[in-house]
Amino acid sequence: MYAWIFRNLPGPLWLRIFEALIVIAAIVLLLMVYVFPWLNQYISPFTDSTIGQSTP
Amino acid sequence: MNRVATAQGRRAERRPRSAGNVIVGFLGELFITIGILLMLYVAWELWWTNIDSAQAQKEVTQGLIQEFGDVVIPDEPEDSSENSSENSSEKEKEETKDYGPAPVTKIAPGSTFGIMYFPRFGSHGSHHPVTSGVEDYVIDNLGIGHYPSTQQPGEKGNFAVAAHRQTHGQVFWDIDKLQEGDKIYLQTAEGYYTYTWYATEVVAPSNGDVLLPTPHKWGVEPTKSILTMTTCHPKYTTQQRMIAYSELTDWQPLDAGPPKEIRDMVIEATS
Repeated sequence: MYAWIFRNLPGPLWLRIFEALIVIAAIVLLLMVYVFPWLNQYISPFTDSTIGQSTP
Repeated sequence: MNRVATAQGRRAERRPRSAGNVIVGFLGELFITIGILLMLYVAWELWWTNIDSAQAQKEVTQGLIQEFGDVVIPDEPEDSSENSSENSSEKEKEETKDYGPAPVTKIAPGSTFGIMYFPRFGSHGSHHPVTSGVEDYVIDNLGIGHYPSTQQPGEKGNFAVAAHRQTHGQVFWDIDKLQEGDKIYLQTAEGYYTYTWYATEVVAPSNGDVLLPTPHKWGVEPTKSILTMTTCHPKYTTQQRMIAYSELTDWQPLDAGPPKEIRDMVIEATS
């Protein structure tokens, strides 16, 4: 899968490495800013500091 | 041209892959991807949330300080390095000055109404805004949340708050470091409340009794004003809750300026 993507990136090798890094950075940013905050509502292994009564 | 040639050469060199090969290869990559995603999620929880939370807290703190109006910071006799006897007598005078009983801070639902200062936390103390409510969006983004079912600052009974231990600002990370004589300060529109720590305990997450006006005692009329802080325990888990109790021991109006111990912290929060 990843090998196929890397082969099909345009440009010479140095440019493809650069492109791959950009794509990885974009995906990580997307996860951090949008996906994980949303996921946090459902899975939060470290975050529940309240007590008793109607714990959110 | 050269590139094309080598690419073709490489392609020719590759062994033909069987269907099983392709499936196993794909599954392997899938598992690696899932592993990386999980690690990224943990990194987000433990690191990124602190950055987001710090930013949001800074904004609400700044807004709140504007609401309070000009913060009075009295000149400290510290830089005028005169004889120490005068300093100590002045300090004594300040400490003995009695402004009467603390007024009650009326908390509007959903509002950010105060800033808490913890000289014991971190290397130079820390401060965080306090907002009404303990919903996720409050304690995830805005530092400390006040349990709306508990009393207000200055009232007889229990002013109880919650904050995260290890994520979203790590607000109560050092809660286990509180010790005899430690003070916790709350700044609201009514003034500076000084709480003195007296006990810490670890309880089960279901133990809501700690939020009672007199903790653990149903139906007992409260005789003093206390501050109860709740957070996760042990670190990096949510298995138990660490509860720290402090008693309201002093109060002074905003005009009088911040108590000496947090003078620098208030200046930092204000700037």
